[in-house]
Formats: sequence, structure tokens, C-alpha cells
Amino acid sequence: MTRFEGTTSFVATDDLKVAVNAAVALQRPLLIKGEPGTGKTVLAQEVADALNKPLISWHIKSTTKAQQGLYEYDAVSRLRDSQLGDAKVHDIANYIVRGKLWDAFDAPVAPVLLIDEIDKADIEFPNDLLLELDRMEFFVYETRQTIKAKQRPVIIITSNNEKELPDAFLRRCFFHYIKFPDRETMERIVEVHYPGMKSLLLREALTAFYELRELPGLKKRPSTSEFLDWLKLLMAEDIGPELLREKSAAKLIPPLHGALLKNEQDVHLFERLAFLHRRGG
Amino acid sequence: MFIGFFLALRAAGVKASLREFLTLQEAMGQGLGEYDIDTFYYLARATLVKDERFIDKFDKVFAESFKGILQPKPVTKPGMEAQQLPEEWLKLLAEKKLTDEEKAQIEAMGGFEKLMETLRQRLEEQKGRHEGGSKWIGTAGTSPFGANGYNPEGVRIGQDKGRNRSAVKIWDKREFKNLAADVEIGTRNMKVALRRLRRFAREGAAEELDLPGTIGSTARNAGYLDLKMVPERHNAVKLLLLLDIGGSMDDHITLSEQLFSAAKGEFKHLVHLYFHNCPYETLWKDARFRAADAIPTTDVLNTYDHTWKVIFIGDAAMSPYELIQPGGGISSWNNQSGQDWLQKFLNNFPKAVWINPVQEKHWNYTQTTKLIREMFEDRMYGLTLEGLDAAMHRLMH
Repeated sequence: MTRFEGTTSFVATDDLKVAVNAAVALQRPLLIKGEPGTGKTVLAQEVADALNKPLISWHIKSTTKAQQGLYEYDAVSRLRDSQLGDAKVHDIANYIVRGKLWDAFDAPVAPVLLIDEIDKADIEFPNDLLLELDRMEFFVYETRQTIKAKQRPVIIITSNNEKELPDAFLRRCFFHYIKFPDRETMERIVEVHYPGMKSLLLREALTAFYELRELPGLKKRPSTSEFLDWLKLLMAEDIGPELLREKSAAKLIPPLHGALLKNEQDVHLFERLAFLHRRGG
Repeated sequence: MFIGFFLALRAAGVKASLREFLTLQEAMGQGLGEYDIDTFYYLARATLVKDERFIDKFDKVFAESFKGILQPKPVTKPGMEAQQLPEEWLKLLAEKKLTDEEKAQIEAMGGFEKLMETLRQRLEEQKGRHEGGSKWIGTAGTSPFGANGYNPEGVRIGQDKGRNRSAVKIWDKREFKNLAADVEIGTRNMKVALRRLRRFAREGAAEELDLPGTIGSTARNAGYLDLKMVPERHNAVKLLLLLDIGGSMDDHITLSEQLFSAAKGEFKHLVHLYFHNCPYETLWKDARFRAADAIPTTDVLNTYDHTWKVIFIGDAAMSPYELIQPGGGISSWNNQSGQDWLQKFLNNFPKAVWINPVQEKHWNYTQTTKLIREMFEDRMYGLTLEGLDAAMHRLMH
């Protein structure tokens, strides 16, 4: 069996590897939670690449119903066809539209199925999928056929915690909380994204970034993806480490802060602090 | 295997089920957690814990159950010199993190300056010792510094030069401490709680196909297609938020602001007004209490009908005069007492709730808090996740 060990473009911590491998080995869904921007959705793509499986993504919205993941009966088309006297109308199978779960169950190679942001959907959504995810089969009433998974797909589910998920659902999953990366992990992440970046600049940028995150009273703390964007900007603008250090030591706003602070109240807070510091020191 | 551990987990309140325990056994049977205590820890965590709020409890039980049996891999952590710790940053951090008790402890030690001094001395002492010393301030939890927030999020204060190796166990790091449910409450958590208030209704332009309606009317139309549309569903709850600003609320402003910003993102109809200690004949649209932003309370009572949900946010702590006596208000003369005004609100909005950022155990020590709580027929809730949840539940039923 292939094991997931992270990829060249994704840094996986040990606990994440253990969770992914356990989910793959025991063929249970893996539920991923974590701060926004810590790479929950990317993980599925990376697992698919690492295990050499195709990826099927099902992005959930507030209006998504569990049934849509299995199949839908397109009654409107059939109604229209009946008006037009189309011969197709006599076979109901023509109007069964397959959902993502069906695709995943039916695939010749067991794919990785990503159910993205499951908490966006209605509160009953996870319950409606319990049996399907457990037994990996479902019944199509219209055509009286049972769809059974040829091979059990690897299922990765992400959640932003906007709704509590039901216990019965949670019991069937493995769970992993992606915590915000510490400094060392962050260095590895940056190395993966911008190999060979000037280490002095990186060190100063990291210091400025973690200081910013620790600032009490911040409304929205910047995430990994925002940090990466910021680094890209710093490199594009060719800003030197000296400038960065000077700024962070004096508690002034770091250059190009627009990439990190996305809220005018946060920027104000920062400006006030900088002002106080200048007056005091 | 590990039945004691499993039972200890359940006793500690981690809701692990038998099924999950069996899954762990199955995973162990497949050799997923073998020979390495760290891997076993991760595996057990992924299997038995399904909510980040319980990870901290899990860590504690894990440490307790496997204490002494296991030797973790040594981890080297780069140190930090005490002199380099930016003091005001620590202070800000401490203010955010410290509980009242801890603040009192600091006072007992002679205030923050003294504490910093002691910390420095202690670090000096440690430097003088041999390199095997692994007494990191903050890891053992016995030093007063451990509780004081120097280490709440993994900020480690240790000796410099990276010479000494400290065997820090992963579960002893307690990295998930601040996700525990009863401790901290962030904007995101609040949104989750506020979401209980959502009630969907169909309003506005007809945009969605109404399938049952279409089928019904097509059948009535002798089989000829007759499309019916319905409006989309959206959140129809109307929320009136009344916030206490200033005075004794200063300690709770951050929390209240967070609650407010959480609510702002959630509701289409949200009106927020401010008052100082107790609502009287005037409310303000802005926290700066300028005359231009003033709005007569009677207008508010007449504008918003009972379909609005009303939430008061305040500590309900004031001098009894301000509540009971006409003219007791601190900012202007009021002809009617604060109590009367509150009663008017309650007459208009019989389900209004009061959310109190002060910890519940202190409520009984303030006379006005007790009074207001009685007026609200116990519909006063703490500004914690549980409190918010209960309050939202009450508002909807």
C-alpha cells in the first residue's frame, strides 16, 4: 500500500500523515478542520497526487442537498420531452443525473473524493449521507438499481466549523485539526513554495509575521496563504531585509501590509500602536 | 488494550464511543501505530477526538495515562534570552490572556514589573546551572509563570545557545489549550452560536423553479407545461442589538466588539444602538455619544415591532440609583427610572435577552445585576459559547 508522506509541493506534519494513512488504510472518511488558509482543500489534491489517484471534488454550498451527491431525477427535462413527444421519455434512466458520489463509486480506480466545506450545507446534510459513506452504496428508486462502490474511495471532508456536525457522523470519521504552522514548519512551507529564497529576508519576514499574528485585539489574523502572498510581493518589490527589520523593531506597519491585514479596523489598531510607540520611544 | 485509557477519556468528558475505540484497535491491528509513541498519540487523537475543543482534555488524559511508561524523542528548541523579550508586547499579551484570578496573583507578587524582575532573575539562575537542566518556565505548570500566559500558545522561554535538550512531549505542549470550549470565545465561535438565530423565509423576487407547484399546475393545465417560480430562501431574522459602552464595561469591550462584528456578518436586518450603563430616554447610534447620533428611546420602541429579536449586552453593574431612581442616570437627567425604561422594552419585546460578559459566578454580588436578571425572568446569559447558545435558543422559542 502506498503511504502518504507529503509531496514536493505540500508540507505535511507528522500528525497529519498519521491521520491520512489511517483513513486510507481503514477506508474511513477523514474530517479536516482548521483555521482558514491552512491548506485544508489543497490537502485532498495532494493526497490524490501522492497516492496516484484521480480527484473528484464536491463543493458544498448552503443550498446543496445530500441527494445531489448521489443522483437527481431531472423531472423538468422529462416533462419537456413529453411535451415534444421525444422517444427518450419512456426510459426513466435517461433522466437520472449522476452525482459526485456515484462518480466516485463507479470509477475504475478508487479515487480521492473531496467533500469541501461540509458545514456550509443544511444541518441535516451529514446525517443524510451516513449510510452512503458507511456502506459505500445507495439505492436508486427510479430505476430500482443499487449502486455499490467498486473500490472504496478515499474520502476527505473539510469543515470550517460553521455548524456542529452530528455525533453519529463524527464517529465514522477520522479527525484532524490543522493547527497554525509553527515557525519551523512555516520555513519548510516557504521553502516548498519559493525555493532558494534569501534566508535573511525570510527570517525577518517570519518574525514580523508572527509578531503581527500575536498582536492582541486583531480581528482577523493573517493565514499561511496570506503570508505566502506577502512574501511574493516582498520579493517582487525587492524589499530588503534591513527595511523589514527596521520596521518591525520600531513596531511600524510592515511594508505592503495590505496582503496581511484585510480589515480597516486592524490597520487602524496597528497605526495607533505605531504612533504610541513613536511617541514613547 | 488501553481500556483504562479509554475509560479515563470518557471520565474526563471526551465523548469517545465504543465504535471509535474499536476503530483504534483495528488501526493498531493493521500496524498503523506501531513502535512509536508519537505515532500512537496522533493515531489515537485522530480516532478518538472529533472536535478540536476536546484535544486539550485528550492531551491531559494521555499524559496522565502514559506517564512514566514512555520515553519521547528529545526535541531541541531554540531558546530566547529574557532580556530580549519585548516587554510591552508581553504585557499586551498578558492582558488578553490573564483571568481575573491570575491578575490578582500578579498583584500579590508585587505587580507586573516585579513579576518581570523575578522572571529575569529566575532565568539568570537557570543559566548558571548545568546544561542538563530542563526546567523550562511554563512547561511544568507549577511555576507561577506557567499560568501567566508566557506560554499559552507555545511561546517558549528557555536558555539560549540551544545547548540543553529538553524532552518536551507533544501532548504536554498543550497546543490546543485555547480551543477548549469554556475558555476562549472568538468571532468565529460567536458566529456559530449566532447562526442558531437564522430562520429562513421566502421573500423577494421569484427566481427558483417551484417543482411541486409546476407539476401541480401542469396537471391542472391538462398536461401542458406551466412553470411556477418561487423566491429564494434567505435569513429573515431581524435583530436589535443594544450595547452598553463605557464605565465598568471597559474590561469587556473587546468581547462585545467581537460579538458585534460576528452579528454584523450574519444578519441582513441588524440595528445596533448604544447606551451608557442603563437605557433611558435616549439611545445613541454611535459609541461616541454625540448629540447628532442620539435617538429617542420612544422612537425606537415605536419603530421596531415584536418581530424583532432584542439582545442587550452589558454588565448590568451600576449604582442602584441609576436603575431605580428617576434622575439617577449619570450622563443626563432622566424623568423616568432606568427600570421603567427597561420594563418598556420588555413590554414591547417580551423575549428580549440580556448577555452579560461578566462571569456568571460574580452576578450575585452586584445588586443591579440581580435586579435586572429578575426583570428579565432569568434570561441573562454569560458571554460564553454555552451562554450564547442558550440565549439564542431562548430567543427562538
